[in-house]
Amino acid sequence: MKRKMGILLVMLIILALFTGACRDQPPGQQTPKNTPTSSAQQTEITVHVGPEPDIIDPALNSAVDGATLLIHAFEGLMTLDQNGTPIYGQAESCEQSDDGLTYTFKLREGLKWSDGKPLTAQDFVWSWKRAVSPDTAADYEYMFESIEGYAEGNLNVTAPDDRTVVVKLVAPTPYFLELCAFPTFFPVRQDVVEAEPDTWTLNPSTYIGNGPYMLQEWAHDSHMIFTKNPNYWNASAITGPDKLRFLLMSDDNAILAAFQNGEILFADSMPNDEIDAWRDKPEFNLEGQLGTYYISFNVQKAPLNNPLVRKALVLAVDRDYIVTNIGKAGQQPAGAYVPTGLSDANPVMEFRDVGGDYYDPSRQGYQANLEAAKKALADAGYPNGEGLGTIEYLYNEGTGHQLVGEALQAMWKDIGVNITLISQEWNTFLNTRKNGEYQIARNGWLGDYNDPISFLDMWVTGSGNNDAQWSNKEYDAIIAQVKASSDKNERMQLMHQAEDTIFDEWMLCPIYYYVDIFLKSQKLQGFYSSPLGYKYFMYSTVQQ
Amino acid sequence: MGAYAIKRIASAAVTLFVVATLTFFLMFLVPGGPFLSEKATTPQTLKALEQKYGLDQPVGVQYVNYMKRIVMGDLGTSLKMRGQEVNDIIGQRFPVSARLGAIAVLIAIAVGIPLGSVAALNRGKWLDNIIMFIATTGIAVPSFVVATTLMFTFGVKLHILPTYGLSSPMHYVLPVMALAFYPTAYISRLMRSSMLDVLGQDYMRTARAKGISQFKSLFKHALRNAVLPVITYMGPMLAYILTGSFVVEKIFTIPGLGSQFISSITDRDYPLIMGTTIFLAFLLITMNVIVDIAYKIIDPRIKLK
Repeated sequence: MKRKMGILLVMLIILALFTGACRDQPPGQQTPKNTPTSSAQQTEITVHVGPEPDIIDPALNSAVDGATLLIHAFEGLMTLDQNGTPIYGQAESCEQSDDGLTYTFKLREGLKWSDGKPLTAQDFVWSWKRAVSPDTAADYEYMFESIEGYAEGNLNVTAPDDRTVVVKLVAPTPYFLELCAFPTFFPVRQDVVEAEPDTWTLNPSTYIGNGPYMLQEWAHDSHMIFTKNPNYWNASAITGPDKLRFLLMSDDNAILAAFQNGEILFADSMPNDEIDAWRDKPEFNLEGQLGTYYISFNVQKAPLNNPLVRKALVLAVDRDYIVTNIGKAGQQPAGAYVPTGLSDANPVMEFRDVGGDYYDPSRQGYQANLEAAKKALADAGYPNGEGLGTIEYLYNEGTGHQLVGEALQAMWKDIGVNITLISQEWNTFLNTRKNGEYQIARNGWLGDYNDPISFLDMWVTGSGNNDAQWSNKEYDAIIAQVKASSDKNERMQLMHQAEDTIFDEWMLCPIYYYVDIFLKSQKLQGFYSSPLGYKYFMYSTVQQ
Repeated sequence: MGAYAIKRIASAAVTLFVVATLTFFLMFLVPGGPFLSEKATTPQTLKALEQKYGLDQPVGVQYVNYMKRIVMGDLGTSLKMRGQEVNDIIGQRFPVSARLGAIAVLIAIAVGIPLGSVAALNRGKWLDNIIMFIATTGIAVPSFVVATTLMFTFGVKLHILPTYGLSSPMHYVLPVMALAFYPTAYISRLMRSSMLDVLGQDYMRTARAKGISQFKSLFKHALRNAVLPVITYMGPMLAYILTGSFVVEKIFTIPGLGSQFISSITDRDYPLIMGTTIFLAFLLITMNVIVDIAYKIIDPRIKLK
């Protein structure tokens, strides 16, 4: 009997053996260490910036955590310094023509790929053209739209010699140098990409870059290890660890546990309900982020096709309550759409300082706003919300979005507007919102570069991101003018005018400006992050 | 036995075909798509992507193409993790999940069967009550609570066990405990009720009347019959536990297959949805066949038809 009973157990043991249970160390899974840089042995830093990336091809990546990995393995003509200002990367100089339409970059001498082969101007030309090619199907190909020939699919980028890249633009683009530091603009190796167009990023031996680090190991859903690239032009200045280990974790509680145990020195996310407990600790960091959490109105659907109804809804929101009790992370209540942190024509002034708020988003201003909201609703023909019916508010699953929805439901109830909350799974939600099959929906936007146009050109008629289904000829004309203008002051003025138009019609309802929160061990020195949320570890050291 | 095996394999192939067909058409009915993101993809890019992955063709044509490929053993390429073959994704991640799952199952059997038997033999006494209290808790408490509590207690507070990955034997302790908790509890309860049932049977009374020792009557007669429902349960349980748990793998950062079942659906990663579903169906069917054969070995009276 025992022998027969044991059959199942034996089967299981065989299965365990078959699947490798007796292997001491699964490949690429060693215990991480955060070692001090002062010792003579190899130094190593373990951090978390995000879960398993979908893809680490510079042209195809569209995620912030993916960009953090990319800035370590690649470098563009320009790169960003600690203040987010573009500085020379692979280029050593850049000349701009008087009309601002031609940029001539001179590459540094002796540039090499991580495998030691020479990197030339032609590599940039090929990579940029590849990024806009329909075959590549890159999400961010529109980042090249300021370059001549974009519409025809043949960018006007040339390499007269091995060290010169000449770019011709359609219109002056004040943020063009910043674009040159954006991952989509990084060069990739033609021979490698052509040999394995779909799989070159998966294997460290074919993942050839030109940045300060190079991929040594990628254990999917576990970790990635980057080591220093000896062929990087400025390798001696890279004071970061010999080994940089990115843990690909996705559970916020697990990330926090690993940080508390000292297993990671940096955690890019944490559970929302832990923020209060960590807020005053030195490890808690809060950085501004170029982004706005807002509510989309579908302006084609009644009663939201009435600007006065929209005005009433915008004004009846207590943003201070939302950021204090739901967001909790130090978000700024939004009094406009374009967030703080973007420069104006005069670089010492922010766009938001010049533009000001369209209503007072603070606690003090709430009562006055509420009165104005009631009045707007009455003016719209719905005194105290009578005759308005019930409006649907759509959001995607997730505790935070639901809480915001519930808060808005209660706030709008105060002016007599009845809201039904509808929750959808993420992908379905995106589909519904994109197709305009909603009345009011949660929304959010993160800028791609430090220029307000990154927030404004999405609202032109027919834009893929125009979830509001809004169309305003005057607005379209202003944005066209912005894109054609070569005058810095005029551009900014026009962009303020464009934002005024948004609020003349109360087309959307800003809630708060995003912030980037992360936990950083006090041992970790020399780290910095950019306003786009990229994390730079190449100069990081560990102090015991 | 040979004819039986052929029959079972043929019916398994038909089942797999039906599962694959149903899944294929159902997943296209779900709104959304693999290339949707917060920032809209331009129409040209979307078109290029759909062309590249053959999603621009009518669903019927896609189905035929897919079925042709799958016969050759090719599950296609992931749409989300671009460039990665579904065969590779399953091939790399299943062993990790299976290793963890196999250990958890062994523990569940080694602990669950004795616990259930002891509870049955002590029916109504304090030992029975304690065991059944633990077992009920094990069934009622969701795995994310078990996993998080274990991690917080042993990883964060006591600092005695690592909280992520599987790089050493110690790393297996917490995820295996989290995984084994539910099946252990379930097997205990199942074993207890089936043991009670068997203990009340006439042949047990006869055995005792013949003067067979308590120990022998339990092991020779009772356990052998009482364990049958547990074996029935083990078929599907093995398939599920070996293919990994979304919750446990996410919490302990384990690069297993379990997380792919859920994320492939959220991502509308059609080839991966198909691959993981067909794979799970295949395992379920295989395990059920093994269970049927095990039945025959344990209880020769059972006829395989």
